[in-house]
Amino acid sequence: MAAPGDASTDDSLYPIAVLIDELRNEDVQLRLNSIKKLSTIALALGVERTRKELIPFLTDTIYDEDEVLLALAEQLGLFTPLVGGSEFVHSLLPPLESLATVEETVVRDKAVDSLRTIAAQHSVSDLEAHFVPLLKRLATGDWFTSRMSACGLFSVCYPRVSGALKTELRQNFRNLCGDDTPMVRRAVAGKLGEFAKVIEIDNLKTDLIPLFTALAADEQDSVRLLAMEACGSIASLLAADDTEQLVMPTLREAANDKSWRVRYMVADKFTELQKAVGPEITKNDLVPAFQNLLKDCEAEVRAAAAQKVKDFCQNLPADNREQVIMTGILPCLKELVSDSNTHVKSALASVIMGLSPVLGKDNTIEHLLPLFLTQLKDECPEVRLNIISNLDCVNEVIGVKQLSQSILPAIVELAEDTKWRVRLAIIEYMPLLAGQLGVEFFDEKLNALFMAWLLDHVYAIREAATQNLKKLVEKFGLDWAQATAIPKVLQMSRDQNYLHRLTCLFSINLLAEVCGAEVTVRLMIPTVFGMAGDAVANVRFNVAKTLQKLGPMLDQSYLQSNVKPCLLKLKGDTDIDVQYYAVEALDVLKMA
Amino acid sequence: MDSAANSGDLLWCFSQVKGTVEEDVTEADIISCVEFNSDGELLATGDKGGRVVIFQRDQTGKGCDGPRSGEYNVYSTFQSHEPEFDYLKSLEIEEKINKIRWLKRCNAAHFLLSTNDKTVKLWKVSEKRKRAEGFNLRDGTGSLMHDVSSITSLRVPVVKSIDLMVEASPRRVFANAHTYHINSISINSDWMTFLSADDLRINLWHLEVTDQSFNIVDIKPANMEELTEVITAAEFHPTECHLFVYSSSKGTIRLCDMRSQALCDKHAKMFEEPEDPANRSFFSEIISSISDVKFSHNGRYLLTRDYLSLKVWDLHMDSKPVESYPVHEYLRSKLCALYENDCIFDKFECAWSGNDRYVMTGSYNNFFRIFDRETRRDVTLEANRENLKPRQVLKPRRVCTSGKRKKDEISVDCLDFNKKILHTAWHPTENIVSLAATNNFYLFQGRD
Repeated sequence: MAAPGDASTDDSLYPIAVLIDELRNEDVQLRLNSIKKLSTIALALGVERTRKELIPFLTDTIYDEDEVLLALAEQLGLFTPLVGGSEFVHSLLPPLESLATVEETVVRDKAVDSLRTIAAQHSVSDLEAHFVPLLKRLATGDWFTSRMSACGLFSVCYPRVSGALKTELRQNFRNLCGDDTPMVRRAVAGKLGEFAKVIEIDNLKTDLIPLFTALAADEQDSVRLLAMEACGSIASLLAADDTEQLVMPTLREAANDKSWRVRYMVADKFTELQKAVGPEITKNDLVPAFQNLLKDCEAEVRAAAAQKVKDFCQNLPADNREQVIMTGILPCLKELVSDSNTHVKSALASVIMGLSPVLGKDNTIEHLLPLFLTQLKDECPEVRLNIISNLDCVNEVIGVKQLSQSILPAIVELAEDTKWRVRLAIIEYMPLLAGQLGVEFFDEKLNALFMAWLLDHVYAIREAATQNLKKLVEKFGLDWAQATAIPKVLQMSRDQNYLHRLTCLFSINLLAEVCGAEVTVRLMIPTVFGMAGDAVANVRFNVAKTLQKLGPMLDQSYLQSNVKPCLLKLKGDTDIDVQYYAVEALDVLKMA
Repeated sequence: MDSAANSGDLLWCFSQVKGTVEEDVTEADIISCVEFNSDGELLATGDKGGRVVIFQRDQTGKGCDGPRSGEYNVYSTFQSHEPEFDYLKSLEIEEKINKIRWLKRCNAAHFLLSTNDKTVKLWKVSEKRKRAEGFNLRDGTGSLMHDVSSITSLRVPVVKSIDLMVEASPRRVFANAHTYHINSISINSDWMTFLSADDLRINLWHLEVTDQSFNIVDIKPANMEELTEVITAAEFHPTECHLFVYSSSKGTIRLCDMRSQALCDKHAKMFEEPEDPANRSFFSEIISSISDVKFSHNGRYLLTRDYLSLKVWDLHMDSKPVESYPVHEYLRSKLCALYENDCIFDKFECAWSGNDRYVMTGSYNNFFRIFDRETRRDVTLEANRENLKPRQVLKPRRVCTSGKRKKDEISVDCLDFNKKILHTAWHPTENIVSLAATNNFYLFQGRD
């Protein structure tokens, strides 16, 4: 690198000079741009001036807009090479320390992320000499923002420092757990899990678990619920009998907490907890706890638990899984399918089909099928949709025939729903359904729906229907396309409504991709040519666009003899848009 | 405070008055809320013109023992809300600041929430004492140097100290969640969420999330013709993060526990005093409407203000208030006139002293009332800029209710109902009170 600060005039310095000045420009956008090119500035200044001038300057100017500070915090995490490598990495600590105390959470979190990254680049002696003192300053700072940031740094320091410092760090961590402000207690509760993973097992039992127990019994429910996040991590580090003794009392409390938010958190983390505590405790403790959550008085909790039904059942120990589900879980589900809250029913509907592979054919037919059928008739479209969208699970076990008679009315009803978003959702499931139900069933029962969708008065539905048509052709093959789909599409070219004639063109566009050149030329292109004489300009220029799109798949002679005359005619159209697209098509197809 | 208990009553001294002397009151200058921050170093006022003015306590003597000056000086002024127009509903949205609430401090800057009828805003008030100097292409005055060839080396600017500048910057806008007018905002003791209450609904917000809020109370009847009651005020418990109260126009206060359900339609407790049939009149319902509710600092009691009285409720007893103080009982015979001039709908606020021993509220004729809950003594004082010198002791005022007026008394008929003290605040630790009297705002300091 050329010696920076060289006395000779240098044009290349100008852009850098501008960048430096713009670090403090009035305009936030310019400041932001400049910060994002901080590495360019640093390269030009060289490592020494970066350390001695740029970094101190940046440290002093931490009172900017959040987006600028966020960019700065991010940049500094990648700055190690620019200050001279790991030997000097600690020179990045002062600005990051300031950034770790700002009030804006995203900035602080990014600063902590960067600090965690560069912590690994410190040698052990630098870590102890520079990084740990920073951690301690943050942990004992006046403002809770700095103490919150400190919580995230323990796990990166602790494994690498000496025994004496380890003891001090544990003390710092303990103090944070007993902090006056709920903000800090929440932050430390959130980091308890990762700290548990790096601490020695004895200290985990003697130090950390009492802290966990205390946080899980905090007076503020917002702290208690975050402590639940650590529950799984801690339990997974302990042997089963230690888990039973040290963690389970807390977990049992939490599952029956007065606050629904804490119970919600337990329900939400249930599968992780189940994996962490192992099969024996699951059988004795978690099954009853899960039943209670499914029957909880708060709908949010029931919905969160219902969401976990499939995973919970799948992960039950195989030896008595079927019996536990049949006697313990299924009765709860029978109540949930007629729950008063739609979110609960909808959550259940999104996973309930997943139980059939677990329970096998006979149980599915006897016990689950009635539940599916009830949900298929639910008044809320979302519930019905969730069932229909998961049909594949059942299909594998009992075959869809069992359900098809009930599914059909449900599909028809959804397809004709007054809310277009519901119609859109069911269309998107059609290719999947078609695969499950088979081509005969489809032709017999669902064809009519298709036409209705292609002629829907909402554009989004017509568009989805054309996409869908393409997917169906992929599934059912060319014969079906020629026999069923294409005739229907072509029929629309003579429709009274120009919007439907447009839909015809859009469908041809998509179908051509899957049908190939032969079918396209033989069946569809003639219709396109015919529409070039349409009365509506919008249709005519879409003919030009369609031809442009189809052109590349056609051979030269056909292009010259058939496509070119048509486009030339459109080029002479009275409408300026038609001319434009015709010219564009000729150009792209190299026929201009 | 113990010495005060022994020696009797607090004496109140005039400390400061802010605002214009002119008789002509500009509508926009009318103060609509006052609020101390958590350590009492700052005091914010909002006005009908959408402005927020922040005062800082005189910093001399801070950190030393002994008495400090109770004077406050202007620290920062900014325009918080602008008048707006809702084109969909064809409604004008006033810029008037309905409430200000300070956040707990999280760094060197201060944060506050301010709200008008529809939109809550989070403001950051910060001090700036530094400026960068020594640029490459700009000289000291900021103009550009065009001679590119003059750059022979790169300069990194340095940061120099400058005189203090206070900046207020809007950090977040919590909008589009209220159909009706917001009457209260309150910050939760978890320091993470706050509530905003309008006539029929209470919403819960996360301080960092502006695009969603949760509805926690909804008393809107399916048919608006069946509407019998509106929410008048709401506040979170000072330490229990799951508890909040809201008061209604029917004179009831409901305590809700957010732990039990996501939607707090079912209250945990309802505080209501059975109506005294002897006092029943056409105005009973109007005057029983609660205009303000405040938790005591220790969280055990509730203070409510209705039109004629101030009441203290124990959270453990919902059947009747434990203390009840008449504010201006002499107006009971004047309700008819007060109804006609709309004064009966005035919304008086109330305040606890820092140690919960005293309660305060405002009245008409620029009178304000302070009640000592220990000695059960009370005083009526007047906020009046005439004949007041700093540190002068205020003379208690008396309103004469019988026909014969004694010396120093003022007759009920002579009270000026246009001069009212609706908004009051008490310093969190010391006996300093601030009152908004139309476009003026007064500070008084208590002396044992």
